[in-house]
Amino acid sequence: MSEFKCGPGDWVEVEYVLLEPFERAAGLPEDTAAQPLRAWVKGFARTGGMIGDEIEVETHSGRHVRGHLSAIAPGYTHTFGTPPAEIAGIGRDARARVTAYRAKGEADGASLGEPPLPNGPEAGE
Amino acid sequence: MARKRVSSVTTRYEAVMASKGEIMKRALGMDYAEFERSPIAFDYEGMMSANGYSLDDIRRIQRAAGVGGTPLLELRNITDLVRSYAEPGLGARIFVKDEAANMAGSFKDRRASMSIHVAADKGFAGVIAATSGNYGAAVASQAARAGLACIICQETFDSRHVGQPEIVEKSRICEAFGAEVVQMSVGPELFFHMLELLEATGYLSASLYSPFGVSGIESLGAELAEEMTALTGAPPTHVVVTHAGGGNTTGTARGLKRAGATSTQIVSASVDLSGLHMASDTDFNRKSFTTGHTGFGVPFATWPDRADVPRNAARALRYMDRYLTVSQGEVFYVTEALSKLEGLERGPSGNTAMAAAMSLARDLPSDATVVVQETEYTGAGKHHWSQLAFARAQGVEVRAGDPAESVPGKSIVIPERPEQIRAKESDLGRMRRSYIRNALAHAPEGYEPTPEDVVFLAEDTNSTPAIVEEMIAFTRV
Repeated sequence: MSEFKCGPGDWVEVEYVLLEPFERAAGLPEDTAAQPLRAWVKGFARTGGMIGDEIEVETHSGRHVRGHLSAIAPGYTHTFGTPPAEIAGIGRDARARVTAYRAKGEADGASLGEPPLPNGPEAGE
Repeated sequence: MARKRVSSVTTRYEAVMASKGEIMKRALGMDYAEFERSPIAFDYEGMMSANGYSLDDIRRIQRAAGVGGTPLLELRNITDLVRSYAEPGLGARIFVKDEAANMAGSFKDRRASMSIHVAADKGFAGVIAATSGNYGAAVASQAARAGLACIICQETFDSRHVGQPEIVEKSRICEAFGAEVVQMSVGPELFFHMLELLEATGYLSASLYSPFGVSGIESLGAELAEEMTALTGAPPTHVVVTHAGGGNTTGTARGLKRAGATSTQIVSASVDLSGLHMASDTDFNRKSFTTGHTGFGVPFATWPDRADVPRNAARALRYMDRYLTVSQGEVFYVTEALSKLEGLERGPSGNTAMAAAMSLARDLPSDATVVVQETEYTGAGKHHWSQLAFARAQGVEVRAGDPAESVPGKSIVIPERPEQIRAKESDLGRMRRSYIRNALAHAPEGYEPTPEDVVFLAEDTNSTPAIVEEMIAFTRV
């Protein structure tokens, strides 16, 4: 197994076309109608092959699916991202607001809604 | 754009769709025909009880499946945040049912547990579901426990093979539970391929909209009524439900009623994605919410039977007392605030109802109780930071400001202050008229609604026969 070549039994992804543009449903928006309906599925390669070769895989449900080898040992790279500036101060500001509200209530001697309740019943009992 | 089509040649798509009825009849595990009463009416309650599961049965099945009994939490800090800007005497208590504590991370486990129970009970070797949402993870997780094969059909990528990180994460988690995920590019023909797979495998169609799936959510409504009564002495005055296909609203409301909470107001809430086309390849990645939005919420409420079953068990207009919409930026704000103020880091889509609840609670008396009835798991891909980075990369403007100025697909405006969170009220009267127009349009041409049809339409729109008669006359003008 390499980045470009798989052997039988390797975990891979294949890509295939389900519907060519002319076969697609009527009434689609133009941008969608102009494209084929494509699919990707992962499975164990039944034969070896290079990226782009037509091969067959056996999927988790046991189906045999033919398609062009599109990835070998396909993984996931999605992340948490980075903190957007528009979000970063929300916690700080909201905590300060709650603190100020409670301090004002105490200073005014006003009731802040319901008194704290004893612990409720544990869910799931 | 007119596409060339040779009328005498049947495409593969057309051939599969033509045998839809036959395929579905076997794959649904029940015969819907026996509930049909007319071209408009059907026996809804008969269909819902066709499986013969009582609420106790549902709870027993779900307990065995490791589902339900999630914590109900009072959000004292969020409540005080709202009270800090509410008028004196206003600012309801806000609670949340932490449904992310279910095994696969959302309330969808409740639906999936019932579908999988039926599949195992009827001897199916596997299940197939079409979903880009948390339902896929739930079905995959439950199928793994039951030892059943599972195929999830998922609309994942645009034509450039770029996937919204939230959906990509949902592919990952389904595969983590041993499901086969068929990832597809954008298009409603996902349903056609699901039919092909149902025919080839003989598996059960674990539709989101089956009576057993939707009845699985009734346990959530019942828990809310019972746990709020134990905690506050009464059922909640308001329950806010993130609304997409209608199952969440329907199941929760039915469960509340079954548990005796008949005066609780049901407030459905969706993210406003108006203007974006759900079948458009270019719009696909210009939205930061893959569910809980108006792109599903409005069409499914106004025509539930567009679903992948002959009759949809999820019929939101029967149950919603109000329908609120919020913007994407407002939900992202609330997601961050919930994390920082309450120690609850949860997924953005499930916080749609939370954003609506903060707006609602602000205008209610301080002794009112508002329950947000779900949360969902978050993590890489689903996280709001990840979503906002992706939106920016797709050319969507992200800025701080007044969220009322946001335009779905073009801009996401994060509130600068919590008082800028203001849900918009939808006109339910207009949605009821739209539903009735759709019901009439789906009946054969020239069909005259009978008095029984009028009664059905009144029930299906939470209205009265007199109002329905008026609406029928109105739609025919």
